Amino acid sequence: MSGTAPQPTTAAANPPVQPMEAGFGTRDLVRVSATADLPAPDRQLTKLAKLIDVSKCIGCKACQSACVEWNDTTPEIGENVGVYENPHDLTPDMFTLMRFSEWENPATNELEWLIRKDGCMHCEDPGCLKACPAPGAIVQYSNGIVDFIHDNCIGCGYCVTGCPFDIPRISKTDHKSYKCTLCSDRVAVGQGPACAKACPTKAITFGTKDDMLALADDRIEDLKSRGYDNAGVYDPEGVGGTHVIYVLHHADKPGIYSDLPENPRISPIVEGWKGVTKTAGMAAMGVAAAGALLMGLFSRGNKVEAEEEVAAERLVRDREDI
Amino acid sequence: MNIDLSRRSFLRLAGAGVAATSLGAMGFGEAEAAEAAHVRAFKLTTTTETRNTCPYCSVACGIIMYSEGDVKAGETAEIMHIEGDADHPTNRGTLCPKGAALKDFVKAPTRLTRPRYRAAGATEFQDITWDQALDKIARAMKDDRDANLVQTNEDGVAVNRWTTTGFLAASATTNETAWLTYKAVRSTGIVGFDNQARV
Repeated sequence: MSGTAPQPTTAAANPPVQPMEAGFGTRDLVRVSATADLPAPDRQLTKLAKLIDVSKCIGCKACQSACVEWNDTTPEIGENVGVYENPHDLTPDMFTLMRFSEWENPATNELEWLIRKDGCMHCEDPGCLKACPAPGAIVQYSNGIVDFIHDNCIGCGYCVTGCPFDIPRISKTDHKSYKCTLCSDRVAVGQGPACAKACPTKAITFGTKDDMLALADDRIEDLKSRGYDNAGVYDPEGVGGTHVIYVLHHADKPGIYSDLPENPRISPIVEGWKGVTKTAGMAAMGVAAAGALLMGLFSRGNKVEAEEEVAAERLVRDREDI
Repeated sequence: MNIDLSRRSFLRLAGAGVAATSLGAMGFGEAEAAEAAHVRAFKLTTTTETRNTCPYCSVACGIIMYSEGDVKAGETAEIMHIEGDADHPTNRGTLCPKGAALKDFVKAPTRLTRPRYRAAGATEFQDITWDQALDKIARAMKDDRDANLVQTNEDGVAVNRWTTTGFLAASATTNETAWLTYKAVRSTGIVGFDNQARV
């Protein structure tokens, strides 16, 4: 062991091969699915973020290649149906996907080819984790990474319903849910995600969230100077901000980027079911249990009194006489 | 499922259920978690790093190949991961989609790893040795050059053009190899000469 791994600040570095202690782990958990009263971690890791600058992306899919190679997922070879997306959707074996959309800009009458790298946004307030009924299957670390612990996953699919971005996919082979881990194993040894390292135009960058927001500001200023007046950052408030953020040249219309939600929120059904309904249900169960206990304590079983015995014997005797 | 349940044991079971639910509701849920949360073990730990150049195009990006197995200890080394070299001035660790998928190129079942020959009119390839392959290539080049070398142009000026054979060389070469390739090929008079690395 050569000490504890440092916290990562960039993806442009070569991974270490010497054994070292992970830079974060179980002691940095801030949220665990279906587990209340998690003890607060004794330290706060620097918040991390991956910045995807849509205006610099050339749609080459190096991020997808690097993702597959790093995570040892082997997506099936698909069929070309005349679209650029390959595979056609996120799958349990493809954690990130370039989505292509053609948009006619009404202001300029020009066709714009908008390419967005889709994948887990690592929400500060993760809907998947809230919806998950399996204890310990979805966890959030204090650096912002939301990770799935597959050993604890029961494959119910609630995380898919809970996710405002429609990201998790359930495997048909092992019935467990899969999504981007933000390369938590690389981050644990002080590295950035594989996609951010590979990206040849540096449209994907990785670092602390503060650094990434500052970089986004620089990019937005540059885009504005080039006539993109509505350029902005996509770090949606509805889910408490995200740890994967976009720079969009048309930040006023996220929907044109292959249906990026305008204002993503956790579904009210999930919030209700895991909030008010759960509390009410627990209360009802408590009342029933207390009632049963009181009933058991104060209303004892029926006793046969002496005079009832006499009456019964008399009845039997009367019958025998007939 | 048929369970023989007396009234008494039904009540006992129900009681146990209520107790378990209450414990869960009071926050003893962690006891249920079968596995503690963990991040995947870092897969490159104790692997061997080998620097190389991506074989695809003339950009010649630097790559690092990670392999398992100690050749010095008599084991076979197996490449288990390839990624860009952040210290390389050309690509600073980045790679294109083809370069990023190099491991699958190395391990592809369809990868050509030895010379093969398909005789004229035959439908199948057959394996041949490097000596046989180089002899065949040399023979074909000599025959074609003897037949088609243009030694002088219309005005009688010596040109020594050999336009009926082309030559393609590899990209992952050093400057010295590239210089030698250029000299060897041009000295035969070949005009159609290209290389991924534009030697």
